[in-house]
Amino acid sequence: MIVRILGEGQFRIGDAAAAELNRLDTELEAAVNHNDEAAFATALDGLLAQVRAQGSPLPPDTLEESDLILPHQDSSMDEVRKLLTDEGLIPG
Amino acid sequence: MGVMKRVSLVFKAKANKALDKMEDPRETLDYSYQRQLELLTKVRRGVADVATSRKRVELQMNQLQQQANKLEDQARKALGMGREDLARAALERKASAQAQLNDLQVQYAQLQAEEEKLTVASQRLQSKVDAFRTRKETIKATYTAAEAQTRINEAFSGISEEMGDVGMAIQRAEDKTAQMQARAGAIDELMASGALDDAVGGSRRDDIQSELDMMSASSDVERELSRLKGEITATAPKQLEGGANGNSQATTQSQAQDQGGPYAPPPAQAQPAGIPVSDLPAAEPQDGEGS
Repeated sequence: MIVRILGEGQFRIGDAAAAELNRLDTELEAAVNHNDEAAFATALDGLLAQVRAQGSPLPPDTLEESDLILPHQDSSMDEVRKLLTDEGLIPG
Repeated sequence: MGVMKRVSLVFKAKANKALDKMEDPRETLDYSYQRQLELLTKVRRGVADVATSRKRVELQMNQLQQQANKLEDQARKALGMGREDLARAALERKASAQAQLNDLQVQYAQLQAEEEKLTVASQRLQSKVDAFRTRKETIKATYTAAEAQTRINEAFSGISEEMGDVGMAIQRAEDKTAQMQARAGAIDELMASGALDDAVGGSRRDDIQSELDMMSASSDVERELSRLKGEITATAPKQLEGGANGNSQATTQSQAQDQGGPYAPPPAQAQPAGIPVSDLPAAEPQDGEGS
């Protein structure tokens, strides 16, 4: 599947790595729900590291949609909440 | 549903909403292409803005560094003069300048990172816009409006996600730049108002420097005085001897000039003055020295 890290680009990820991504994603979601900034940062860092390590970058001239999109490296929890509700974080 | 999936759905929803507005799918291609070009211009301007902001911070960092160096220099001089109190005051100010400098260094690194990210984003967007343009021409040439729909949607969604990403990157960079500019502006204002002069220098002469200057000026005077005194005692006899020798030589020369030169007095006056003529040059040793 194709995963985008906002601000970094798209990566193609194998199924095995995707399973680990889903586990970390569940932690990320729990952290957002519990308003736990520290757990949020840890989970996000883990997710990004996993994608960078396991994924192969897509060539820049592809026009494929991503299956999953990850927040920016140093996103705050607040930014991610806005991203989820689309409160004007994505321009245009 | 996880965060990653939800974010991707938000992006998809955005693309679909834009697609739904178009009556003729092929219209979408041209419209989207225009938007892409606009965004490219915008992201390039963003890179330039961040660079400008970064250079301004760099300038302030240089000023603060110079100030820190100057204060350390002052502290060293003050210690050399046995003024530990002054040295301490200078070092305290240096610490304050250094703290601001460290702070600016962090901001500088952030701006630099932001500039790099935007540059990469603009290159990536350029590649995708080029790919989109090629795809757009193919679709227009090959397919009827109805047939083109699926292919247009694919191309549009792919680039729309990238545009959303780049748009956010620009926004983030703008926010960082605005913060930085506010901060740099505040430091500039403080410098201009003189409030930071003691710590950061500026137009007003700072008190540590003036005290050091005063001390060093008075010690300079003392040093000059003793040097002159030393010169006088060490070289006075030699100078007298040298002066005597010079005078006697000069006397001979001016005597010769007075007698044979153009300045020889007319004969009428030469007679009465004739007798003391030989004594005249000797009575005017200054003339002899001058020639």
